[in-house]
Amino acid sequence: MVNRSRRVDQAKRIHQYLPDPLRYSKEIFKFGYVRGVILEAALKSELLMQLKLKFTGVFFYKPMVFILCLMPFALLVMNAINNELGPNPVEEMIRTLGDWGIYFLLIGLSISPARKILNQTWLICYRRMIGLFAFFYASMHFLSYIWFDQFFSVAEIVEDIIKRPFITIGFICFLLLVPLALTSTNRMMKRLKKNWGRLHKIVYPVSMLALLHYFMMVKADYLVPGVLLVVLSLLLGYRLVLKFKR
Amino acid sequence: MSIFIKSDSKSAIKASEITTESDYLSRRDFIKKSGILVGATWAGGISLPAAAKSSEYGNDFPDLIKTTYGKGETLTSFKDATTYNNFYEFGTGKKDPARTATNFKTDPWSITVEGEANKTGTFHLEDILKHAQIEERIYRFRCVEAWSMVVPWVGFSLAEMLKRFEPTSKANYVQFETLYDPVQMPGQVRRVLDWPYRDGLRMDEAMNPLSFMATGIYGHHLPNQNGAPIRLVVPWKYGFKNIKSIVKIRFTEHEPACTWNVTGPKEYGFYANVNPQVDHPRWSQATERVLGSNFWAPKAKTQMFNGYGEQVAHLYKGMDLKKYF
Repeated sequence: MVNRSRRVDQAKRIHQYLPDPLRYSKEIFKFGYVRGVILEAALKSELLMQLKLKFTGVFFYKPMVFILCLMPFALLVMNAINNELGPNPVEEMIRTLGDWGIYFLLIGLSISPARKILNQTWLICYRRMIGLFAFFYASMHFLSYIWFDQFFSVAEIVEDIIKRPFITIGFICFLLLVPLALTSTNRMMKRLKKNWGRLHKIVYPVSMLALLHYFMMVKADYLVPGVLLVVLSLLLGYRLVLKFKR
Repeated sequence: MSIFIKSDSKSAIKASEITTESDYLSRRDFIKKSGILVGATWAGGISLPAAAKSSEYGNDFPDLIKTTYGKGETLTSFKDATTYNNFYEFGTGKKDPARTATNFKTDPWSITVEGEANKTGTFHLEDILKHAQIEERIYRFRCVEAWSMVVPWVGFSLAEMLKRFEPTSKANYVQFETLYDPVQMPGQVRRVLDWPYRDGLRMDEAMNPLSFMATGIYGHHLPNQNGAPIRLVVPWKYGFKNIKSIVKIRFTEHEPACTWNVTGPKEYGFYANVNPQVDHPRWSQATERVLGSNFWAPKAKTQMFNGYGEQVAHLYKGMDLKKYF
């Protein structure tokens, strides 16, 4: 009996530290992933059952989502090492990274609408991570271009950026994403106050330009960028509708 | 069994590419012993990671005549040449044709000849092949998308075939057409291009000894994804001129419509000669990525007329190649 009550006490104590889905953001920022993982380990077995999964919420799943987001990159690197990217590995790598950059931009843009439509507030916890992954894939896309396509030849890269409109636009997208990534910390959020939100609206033109970049490199088959355009139009259209409703 | 026909020019081969005598002798030895195709041996000598292996060769053409075209070139591997294809009739992804063309029916096959010629009509492919002297030529292949490969084509001279149709004096151009069959060619279900695919040559280009009709690669019958059963190969032009799965040949007085030229006249010209000085509006044509090379390999410099200038440059004498790109 004594043993059991002690366990319940312990559970209650841990419970305090677990984020309530509605108070998520502050809690998440206070405790990093590592602590989350330790807590998770502690909660395994009986305790986990008692506390119910939903209270562990975001805290619990965030590291998993992080790893999931990293999977396309890990797979690509693995295939590159094993020489499994096909006859033109450089093209395959650059394109795959670019694709994922756009996918993550669109996933990031779908979080707010999904949160409102599905009434799932906790979704917002993942927005920053997804946004940073969009930046990560865009950076790797750009890096693989300057590395494996141009071998860091500054003259050729500059010429490409100036001469080829679709590369110009891709480069602009990358440049515009940099300040967003740099101001993604809590401290910058607090410091910029209202301007933070204004600044981060840049993601709307960036996503449009990123798709334009895709459209401009296609030779004849516009199916894939076309589908992405429909998705982007819905996501941005939703925001427009909300704005005019107000 | 190996008869060597000398191509009339050495221009295509740089000094550095010429095989050393000892390699050459061992090559002769090799051919005598195995009867396998020429290119494989020196491919081994240069040892690029993905170069063709002799085991990738087929023996579908027992009476094949070897030629010295492309002597010393490092062949692209058979796998790369057959899994990285632009054949929009079977999908726009590079891997699509190898996957979706597996059940494509190429037998029976006939070709319709029409226009400015005396012998027009529909011919069975076997009847056309009956007269042909089947030989192997190793050609460089340069895609307009700035990648390249080296392929041992099996086939016959285009000029020899065209002459048999007796084109008239009005035949200034010849146009080719690919099969249109959306049931067999899933890529044709959507109107990605203006089907059927068409392309053409000026008559003197078509009559050039380099112009080739291919029915095989690497000693195999042409795989479906590579344009079975018969396709064009004009090695000094960008890949898209090498029309695949041909069902129609039309002799015309005026410049015929060419699919990519119709789709993007500013990007793809009628001539489409490989030219490092004239960029595609969206990318440079000065360099090319050799298929099968790894991440660290630099891009290769693209050569004027893909290195076949000595054989074809005279065709364009006095023409502004920036205008007639």
